[in-house]
Amino acid sequence: MSTDGDSRAARLKPWSDVALPALTGVTMLAAVIMVFWVVPNEKIQGVVQRIFYFHVHLAWMCFGGFVFVAGASAWYLKTGSPVADRYAEANAEVGLLYTTLMLWTGPLWARPIWGVWWTWDPRLTMTIVLWVIYAAYLMLRRLGEGDETIMRYAAVLGIVGVLDIPLLVLAVRLWRGIHPAVMISDDPEAGLRNAAMKWAFAISGVGLGFLFAWLVSLRVRFTTVDQELAVLAAEKEHT
Amino acid sequence: MKGLNFLAAAYTGVWIGFFFYLMALGRRARRLEQEVEALRQDQPD
Repeated sequence: MSTDGDSRAARLKPWSDVALPALTGVTMLAAVIMVFWVVPNEKIQGVVQRIFYFHVHLAWMCFGGFVFVAGASAWYLKTGSPVADRYAEANAEVGLLYTTLMLWTGPLWARPIWGVWWTWDPRLTMTIVLWVIYAAYLMLRRLGEGDETIMRYAAVLGIVGVLDIPLLVLAVRLWRGIHPAVMISDDPEAGLRNAAMKWAFAISGVGLGFLFAWLVSLRVRFTTVDQELAVLAAEKEHT
Repeated sequence: MKGLNFLAAAYTGVWIGFFFYLMALGRRARRLEQEVEALRQDQPD
């Protein structure tokens, strides 16, 4: 157990307990108001384009989370820090939630726009691969709980898995997929041309970012308490 | 309006996903509280 890391987590408690949920609530409420009542319909895609205000950020946040998993896993392999390990696990779990929601919202946009729920476009395929990698990472951790060798294998998977992200981002250009490359279209009538659309996009990103940070902070704290309780229970058995 | 049902399904699914994850975290918090309480009661005065 890392006393330094735990005391740091304890010092962060007021911030993560009050400020993060409050900021999440305010920005998410603002995002919903913007997306449903303020922004105009996009000229080409119509009302379904509003799915993108969350879908794009769900993608970016899960990428960020998995990059954090790779960094924290590398730190864990180098130092054996349990704090790094907890952050890696928490980011993988919340990142997987965001990836799942991205995979939910994507087909609901694709059906009215492409006419199909799913296509084996390179970016979509790489997204499924990303989901499987981090689901496997979390399963490996559950199966190998308490076994340091398996935890180190999981950390390696957490690092290797992140290599899927640059492939996923570049897939549209490398393999000429049909997934839109960016939110801004070359068509002067399409994309985020309106100031309200840009604000809705930015506020949605901030809201989903705060939510990600809040969920990770909760997840890390629960794991910390869980591990401390396990130590106390073991000590009690020996006395 | 064309596509409104897809929009509604997308955002409803997102909120349900977040709601269930928060519920799972809440359940875990309650279990931890019970474990802390059990340890506290087992401690000699």
